[in-house]
Amino acid sequence: MTTHDIVIVGAGPAGLAAAIGAREAGAQDILLLERDGEPGGILNQCIHNGFGLHTFNEELTGPEYARRYIDRVNELGIPIQTGTTVLDISPDRVLTCTSRENGFEQIRAGAVILCMGCRERPRGAMDIPGSRPAGIYSAGTAQRLMNIDGFMPGKEVFIMGSGNIGLIMARRLTLEGAVVKGVCNRSAYSSGLKRNVVQCLDDFGIPLMVRHTVTEIHGRDRLEGVTVSEVGEDKKPIPGTEQYISCDTLLFSVGLLPENELSEQAGVELDAVTGGPTVDDRLATSVPGVFACGNVLHVHDLVDFVSEEAARAGAAAARFVRGETVSSGRRVSLRGRNGVRYSVPQSVDPDTMPEELTVRFRVADQYLGCYLSCYVDGVRVSHKKKRIMTPGEMEAFVLRREMLGNDAREVVFCVEEA
Amino acid sequence: MAQLELTCIRCPMGCTLRVTLEIGAVTAVEGNRCRRGAEYAATEAVHPVRTVTTSVRAVGGTRPVVSVKTVPEVPKDRIFDVMAAIRGLTATAPVHIGDVLLRDAAGTGASIVVTAELEKR
Amino acid sequence: MVYDVIVIGAGVVGCATAMELGRLDVKAAVLERDDDVCTGASKANSAIVHAGFDPVPGTLMAKYNVLGSRKMRALCRELDVPFNMCGSLVLCFDREDMPRLQALLDRGVTNGVEGLRIVEGEELRALEPNVSPEAVAALWAPTSAILCPFELTAAMAENAARNGVAFFFNSGVTGIERREDRWVLTTPAGVFEARAVVNAAGICSDELHNAVGGAPLTIRGRRGEYCLLDRKVGSLVRTTIFQLPGRLGKGVLVSPTVHGNIIVGPTADDVDDKRATETTAKGISSLLSAARRSVPSLPRGKTVTSFAGLRAHLVREEHDFVLGPVDGAPGFFDAVGIESPGLTAAPALGEYLAGLCGNYLNAAPRGDYRPGRDRVVRLREMSFEERAALVAENPAYGQIVCRCEGVTEGEIVDAIRRSPGARSVDGVKRRTRAGMGRCQGGFCLPRVLEILSRELGVPMTELTKDGGAPLLTGSLREEGEA
Repeated sequence: MTTHDIVIVGAGPAGLAAAIGAREAGAQDILLLERDGEPGGILNQCIHNGFGLHTFNEELTGPEYARRYIDRVNELGIPIQTGTTVLDISPDRVLTCTSRENGFEQIRAGAVILCMGCRERPRGAMDIPGSRPAGIYSAGTAQRLMNIDGFMPGKEVFIMGSGNIGLIMARRLTLEGAVVKGVCNRSAYSSGLKRNVVQCLDDFGIPLMVRHTVTEIHGRDRLEGVTVSEVGEDKKPIPGTEQYISCDTLLFSVGLLPENELSEQAGVELDAVTGGPTVDDRLATSVPGVFACGNVLHVHDLVDFVSEEAARAGAAAARFVRGETVSSGRRVSLRGRNGVRYSVPQSVDPDTMPEELTVRFRVADQYLGCYLSCYVDGVRVSHKKKRIMTPGEMEAFVLRREMLGNDAREVVFCVEEA
Repeated sequence: MAQLELTCIRCPMGCTLRVTLEIGAVTAVEGNRCRRGAEYAATEAVHPVRTVTTSVRAVGGTRPVVSVKTVPEVPKDRIFDVMAAIRGLTATAPVHIGDVLLRDAAGTGASIVVTAELEKR
Repeated sequence: MVYDVIVIGAGVVGCATAMELGRLDVKAAVLERDDDVCTGASKANSAIVHAGFDPVPGTLMAKYNVLGSRKMRALCRELDVPFNMCGSLVLCFDREDMPRLQALLDRGVTNGVEGLRIVEGEELRALEPNVSPEAVAALWAPTSAILCPFELTAAMAENAARNGVAFFFNSGVTGIERREDRWVLTTPAGVFEARAVVNAAGICSDELHNAVGGAPLTIRGRRGEYCLLDRKVGSLVRTTIFQLPGRLGKGVLVSPTVHGNIIVGPTADDVDDKRATETTAKGISSLLSAARRSVPSLPRGKTVTSFAGLRAHLVREEHDFVLGPVDGAPGFFDAVGIESPGLTAAPALGEYLAGLCGNYLNAAPRGDYRPGRDRVVRLREMSFEERAALVAENPAYGQIVCRCEGVTEGEIVDAIRRSPGARSVDGVKRRTRAGMGRCQGGFCLPRVLEILSRELGVPMTELTKDGGAPLLTGSLREEGEA
């Protein structure tokens, strides 16, 4: 069994930034494990631009954004072991991994940073009746087939769900000569960024069918078409509104799920809302020495925020392996209510937290002209009017240590009408 | 005088902007709830441009395609002309981020620039 | 091509028959319409080895159910097929229904089922802790089991193939006629001749039977829809739980699968189209509610996938299999109307049908018969040391392809190289479970395609999901593939 101070599971945007963060905070012996053949994670297939505005003040494509971090990791001499899948993490931080090059091996880690990212919600989870023909993909799978492997998944496409990957793929397929018949979305607004709706759909005249969903799949061998129905206020299809749309390909862009099977094996406590670990202000999970960041923690909308979060997790892990992590033992829990679905982190140590901590969360619905409020033990400490809040875009709140005073127990974020 | 409608992309609000143009210049913007809407309309209504991102065929590399983008952006109504020009390109591995595969694509003045590393097989 | 025996259909009955024919000194072949074994009812069913208390005593169903059930454990051991004798419960929700539960037990005893008992109260809860508090009693059948129907079928086919039985896929029989002392079969892959024919054509077996002049039979597809739940909730049930048919309908079963999921189903509705394996909104939505009557803690939102199969249901008064010789059709042997308990009965049916062929042909036993099949490597079931040793030997066993189910490149290559082997994405999936997990192939599909393309020497754009039309519609940049 080999031993490393910090082992990072996943060399996507979170893992790369965590490695750099850990090194910059003084950790020497860091190992990145990546299951794919190359580092970079999902960014490698995100060949569209729009990454890095916050971090680099310019618009990069996914591979370009990833390359900046890979180059830095290489400069720092941090090893990346690719083609390596972690099969198990024990609560005492022994990782069991497998790879073509090193075979089956175990690694003992002083600290583990979970950076496994997320996966797409598949068709099966949708309970859509009908047949099971060829031509049905999750949007990310189609993206990989096109952008990495160089193949066309279909010619006439319908897209269910207006998540960002679905929108990006509508444009991508159109550019390559496919006909995108439409994108439907159960709610009244797209779950993707406005910019993507305009530049991926409107630019090409692709209809966005809000309050619609696919209610049946047709075709035995290859997909032949889908039935799309309007959904009512109860989010259920309205009988009589069915329309048939012929297509040979159906993409699903219906949500992302943090991939926490390994975290669960390690005994890490998960948040039922985010699907990711519960963490404190150091991004430490419930298992000592195990940290989490990026989409495995909660699904982000911008990679810049992943990088920023991951750098903090790396630094915290570095401090942990040096034994510098002093915790006062005090805990203030952070939670969302009334329209705020969750809070990451879920708790802070009021004595050791930074002066200012960016807390991130998502709202449950679209809110126009409402207030985002913060309560400490029932006392409102912040009340800010927001022109718009929407589930597709992550909200942030800068929590200052001074807001917590000496004996705070609970911080609550909520949406208020006035 | 010409009128057109745009959706502002500067924030999730997505205001519908009604833009009035006279001799190729924006003279009025309505429907925006903030200043940024007017700024967006000023360029988007007169000279909308987009970065085209796609792939070119690659030979001798670890993958059959390599991703590229246009630098700078190209006029929105020239996207498919640029795509046609890109379709004819071949990159021979190794190629690196920033390598220029084509200049003045479809007469737009934009270069086709590699956005990913592609090693030799 | 002239054979002694041709089996039509590579479902579980056809492959069981082929395996038994492999014990005989005959030249045998299997003709299959689709591109793999086990593509019809054999792949989409409850995956249950029924104990045998359900069929009416004296029927062929009762006889072959019990015979098959007794053979199954040893067969699965010989062929290394996942099998678990988890037992089954038939729940009774109303004291007034107790006589009917007792009648079921009596019927089982008559059929020769061993170990049947009525359990109540604490004993019932000990067997199945999450069973509904409303269940007042249950019929306990300890010999009921679960298995992987696909692996069973594939394994029997592999054993047949290693004993000389030839398999032809994409070879559905479109015509059959008698010429002198043999049957001439027309297929898209050519004309085949055989002295004896076994009709194991599942849902289409009535058409073949009628074509050789048997007393007319009609099969109507009886569709059964199922939901498969995530392994995360797999520990909620330990046994196969049926509901005593009653005023609220026939009930649905809830059962663990050998892979750790939970299966819920089936519905039952008759359809005219023999390929109508579509699921319906009504079917899927009804299943979980019905299942929660047995196990109230079954959660919603844990469905990994839903699917439907078609039972080959004979439209006639008598509810039974049609087996054996057909009047006026020498050497033609039927297996028609094989619906539940067909999977359980299959090994016994295969023995019977191959025996008929053997007698008809006066065949001697094969001298060099080889039992079993090639070793199946399942890394996720191995100890650390076993696994490390195997990976050291073959690095492809170190490369994970399917993350959710932990399937390696080596296992996928094995599945393709087996005989008969996988040629499509679903063929790989059914043999290895790659793509069967909670992401449903989202991550591994591109990699599986690559491995299939490399191993079969077929371009990516010609590969299929499950036979039929290609998955990919073209290359993005044609000449890019160097």
